[in-house]
Amino acid sequence: MRLAPVLLSLAIAVLALPTAAQNPLVADLSEHQIQITTGFTGTDVLLFGTVDEESDVVVVVRGPTQQTTVWRKGRFAGIWVNDQRVVFDDVPSFFAVRSSSPLEEITSDTIRARHGMGANFLRLRTADKSITSVELAEFRAGLIRNKRRLGLFAAEDERINFLGGQLFRTRLFFPANVPTGFYDVEVFMIRDGRVAHAQTTPLIVSKAGLGADVFFFAHRYSAFYGILAIILAAAAGALAAFVFRKN
Amino acid sequence: MNIYLPIAEISVNVFLLLGMGGGVGFLSGLFGVGGGFLMTPLLIFIGVTPAVAVATEANQIMAASVSGVLAHWRRGNVDFKMGGVLLFGGALGSVSGVWLFTLLRGLGQLDLVISLCYVILLGVVGILMLVESTRALFRMRRQADVRRKLHQHHWMHGLPFKMRFRKSKLYISALLPVMIGFIVGILAAIMGVGGGFIMVPAMIYLLGMPTSVVVGTSLFQIIFVTGTVTFLQATQNQTVDAILALILLTGGVIGAQVGTRVGTRLRGEHLRSLLALLVLAVCGKLAYDLIVTPSDLFIIGASGGH
Repeated sequence: MRLAPVLLSLAIAVLALPTAAQNPLVADLSEHQIQITTGFTGTDVLLFGTVDEESDVVVVVRGPTQQTTVWRKGRFAGIWVNDQRVVFDDVPSFFAVRSSSPLEEITSDTIRARHGMGANFLRLRTADKSITSVELAEFRAGLIRNKRRLGLFAAEDERINFLGGQLFRTRLFFPANVPTGFYDVEVFMIRDGRVAHAQTTPLIVSKAGLGADVFFFAHRYSAFYGILAIILAAAAGALAAFVFRKN
Repeated sequence: MNIYLPIAEISVNVFLLLGMGGGVGFLSGLFGVGGGFLMTPLLIFIGVTPAVAVATEANQIMAASVSGVLAHWRRGNVDFKMGGVLLFGGALGSVSGVWLFTLLRGLGQLDLVISLCYVILLGVVGILMLVESTRALFRMRRQADVRRKLHQHHWMHGLPFKMRFRKSKLYISALLPVMIGFIVGILAAIMGVGGGFIMVPAMIYLLGMPTSVVVGTSLFQIIFVTGTVTFLQATQNQTVDAILALILLTGGVIGAQVGTRVGTRLRGEHLRSLLALLVLAVCGKLAYDLIVTPSDLFIIGASGGH
């Protein structure tokens, strides 16, 4: 019977272990899937979690990368036309950064560049070697400006709120034109200007319902879709003529 | 109430779309035009990409033409033989047009070419119509009664492959209607218009067809040209948004009925000068956008196809 206290203390030790080795950063999303249905007008996803006290939180959301062409307009015979282009490889189709304090106050440019904390710190590269670095900077700025205007690069001045010292939450907004695909939501715990811990949470954006079916059908069976569109138009036209026929 | 358009990939208010359909439908009923030349720019203004706007409009115009042609067919105002010849040219034209469309889209110059085509065509047609209708108004006031021949004879009547078109009371070279059909087919593919505003004057002034069969015959050929364009755009570019087309159509059908009824109470010359002003207004807006310095010189282009 002398074993009982030993076992009991062992059990307590085992139960207590996770607390001792607990990750100082825990974060999750209210949803891991955004469904673009017929009535979709954009949606909020809640990001929440805990960090150690006296540390900051940075979240970086990245959509699937795309090859993106940026045009600079030039004037020809009085008309503005697309003149020069730069094709950027691997541009995130969606990008958002949010932090609990201004980024320039809590971390260095090196760290920001390493983790892509801010649109200006993204590695936007082009295979085009003929372009000068000054021009490239202009095209980069143009790309970011356009993406912001479309709502696909989020404003970076919003803050993550702390409830008490450890619990944080923020609402991430995804607009109606959000691209589909696999998203990465990276959460960083910043302490003394460095990334102390990091966690990545996946998020899937997909079309659903009638819209998804139409899109899939139009791309997968485009000839059938074309014929169907013609039949639909002819039927709708005939129906209209029938309904509004003059007696 | 917003709806997410699956191909255009934007979320738009349904009532805005129905209103646009209704408004353009009203004007098309009032003036007896297809309305594609108004709807395509409007769709682009609300944020639909030009590629989707043009292809979807072709689909919508097809439906509008089917409902229009049935009324003309009942009254026997369709010259099927002429329509068939026009159609032959139209099919060739729409195939070339969609090919050109895909090429320009790859080059990143599609939006520019669409705008330029609109400015030039609307400008020319608008001015011609304005001049013609103003003259007609003055002529009416002077009460002058000028007798005209059934049609004038030009160099065009010397072309080979002559064909007899009984319904149109014409004996002309088949090359002419084929050529007109070809041009209209290209326009349908690139501009998302039925091309009625080009074809109707061409049929009256170039071919010398009697006005009674002109509208029915042009509608008949527009059905097939826009049908071809719909199919080709769907298979080559996947830019036909059938949901968008259906919503526009619903508004359009109702608007056109109201427009037709109002139109019968107005005089033809007045209608034509009003239409000319409307055409010139759309043309002016598009020209202004091409000339004025854009707020941002950099834009994101189509990423070179899918």
